[in-house]
Amino acid sequence: MAGRTLYDKIWDQHVVSSDARTGESLLYIDLHLIHEVTTPQAFAGLRAAGRKVRRPDLTLAVADHNTPTENQALGLAGVADEAARNQLAALTQNVAEHGITFFPMGDPRNGIVHVVGPEQGRSQPGMTIVCGDSHTSTHGAFGALAHGIGTSEVEHVLATQTLRARKMQNMAINFSGRLRPGVSAKDLALHLISVIGTAGGTGAVMEFRGAAIEALSMEGRMTLCNLSIEGGARAGLIAPDATTFSYMKGRPSAPDAQAWPAAEAYWRSLYSDEDAHWDRVVDIDAAEVEPTVSWGTSPEQAIPVSGRVPRLEEMTDPNKRAATERALHYMGLESGQAIAGTPVQRVFIGSCTNSRIEDLRAVARLVSGQKVVDSVRAMIVPGSGLVRAQAEGEGLDQIFRAAGFEWREPGCSMCLGMNPDILAPGERCASTSNRNFEGRQGRGGRTHLMSPELAARAALTGVIG
Amino acid sequence: MKCFTQLRATAAALIDQGKLMANVDTDMIIPKQFLKTTERDGLSEGLFYDLKTRPDGSADPDFVLNRPAYQQAGILIAGDNFGCGSSREHAPWALLDQGISCIIAPSYADIFYNNCGKNGLLPIALPQAVCDALADQAGGGNMVFEIDLETQCVIGPDGVAHPFEIDPGLRDKLLTGMDDIAMSLISEADISAYEQIHQQQRPWLTPK
Ligand code: SF4
Repeated sequence: MAGRTLYDKIWDQHVVSSDARTGESLLYIDLHLIHEVTTPQAFAGLRAAGRKVRRPDLTLAVADHNTPTENQALGLAGVADEAARNQLAALTQNVAEHGITFFPMGDPRNGIVHVVGPEQGRSQPGMTIVCGDSHTSTHGAFGALAHGIGTSEVEHVLATQTLRARKMQNMAINFSGRLRPGVSAKDLALHLISVIGTAGGTGAVMEFRGAAIEALSMEGRMTLCNLSIEGGARAGLIAPDATTFSYMKGRPSAPDAQAWPAAEAYWRSLYSDEDAHWDRVVDIDAAEVEPTVSWGTSPEQAIPVSGRVPRLEEMTDPNKRAATERALHYMGLESGQAIAGTPVQRVFIGSCTNSRIEDLRAVARLVSGQKVVDSVRAMIVPGSGLVRAQAEGEGLDQIFRAAGFEWREPGCSMCLGMNPDILAPGERCASTSNRNFEGRQGRGGRTHLMSPELAARAALTGVIG
Repeated sequence: MKCFTQLRATAAALIDQGKLMANVDTDMIIPKQFLKTTERDGLSEGLFYDLKTRPDGSADPDFVLNRPAYQQAGILIAGDNFGCGSSREHAPWALLDQGISCIIAPSYADIFYNNCGKNGLLPIALPQAVCDALADQAGGGNMVFEIDLETQCVIGPDGVAHPFEIDPGLRDKLLTGMDDIAMSLISEADISAYEQIHQQQRPWLTPK
């Protein structure tokens, strides 16, 4: 038999049945993460058809997308926005009705769904994980097949614990070399997307491989896999290794001491065979990656922070040129200008991309004893209540507050601005999140994606650089 | 689910800087403030909200779907990588609520494409040059396009037929309008059998 990729192995392990004619398989789902925004219609569908949740124990619910980032202890009564409150109330009722474990707003275990799953040890190697959220790709960092699904699929998984899925292509992203000091997983990801484009991984599962990946911490791997969707791939994967196992150990839902040896033995079989077939291969020298920032309204519009935005006159492809012109206009930038030195008014450190403890420590190292400039409003939103508690235990909140950062309660917050944390029209934001689409952080708002380190620097200087 | 067999309708093209707009993302299709609903209906209000309204909330008369000739459009033509971004199914729901049941673009983002099929919205992929040619004919009024899913063909107002490829599973689903869940539940015995073995082999997957 020909060798198999990691994706092939997980896929094969989870196929319940296949329909040769349509090419669809029924894939068993090991973990279904849910949140308030993409589930109400799914539960309504179940109710209308008189169906039950097949495996409430394999389902985990959090409230994250439209929760306010202050006064969470007040519970739903503290949510000013009526529509958001109704949606959160609907989730509360739905999980109670179906017996699903739920970490409600204010529970220290609550937080962004893609921070909570790994933190609890629910996300494990070799699993299939889905969630009605495209950044489910994050969990691929554990060597799990994890991707976003739509609400109809959420309903399907709730009812059947399976997903109708089609096998995707295998794409290898080989990162040779080592990242240089001061260059993070975020830079690596933005650089990759700027090379392959936002549709570069369409139809494929990306497996990140190579020396630079092996050297990444679990949190760095999560940042990278999180952004695979911005490179067009529904899922990213990294083979589990000693780094993965030591991260897993002792987490509440990780295998206990008795189950551990069998689990680890299985996890150790999860890698791509030498002779596996790859449909697509991309090679990147990680040592060449520089601190990178997005200048436009698509994550592929990213450049080294020392670089210049594209010059319109030099663009030959008319479609690309039109898109560039639109993006420059929206972002209020001039063709060919240097990106460094561009003033920002807001700094957002948070989101499922960069809101974990390592991200916060990196920021704290840079801002300790320093001050956020007067022209900038800067906020830090930890990814979960536990991240927040850990940061406070390490005294990071003191450093942030002393420097003039707002230290908020956990949630998606300004990543998508469904809660009150949004940009005003024309405001420019240095953001550690994952999407710089028009209006993503508020209508007319201008988002520059970057690492926590670059965002922290922008807070201290008031400019990108 | 509604099924899709044939459609005779006018088309609207999303044009920017003289070109079909590429990378139309889900935040553009339906901005977040409209995601707080617990319903599937009524989302047309938020469809392309930031494109169709001015910052003061008034309608922008220049936006294609606001122009009288295009208000009845049943087809939307756009550029590459349509629907990129989030998994929100509110995007196809909003398009359908507006009366658009077919998209024509050179390519689609995976999750959006998948979501279309679950809701009776037909995503047709045709080469950029064909999309450009069809967009040129999207004049509203009597410029009627014919779409036939059975024969996999788009006929533009100029009478030229353009065959298209489509995933056979998606085609089936759209033609019959069948419910995925009901179909999958036919395999209930398979699911149970799989589940039992899976749990035996990897007991740590079941939380205590
Ligand atoms: S932080 Fe942003 S990208 Fe992540 S789940 Fe929340 S809204 Fe989605």
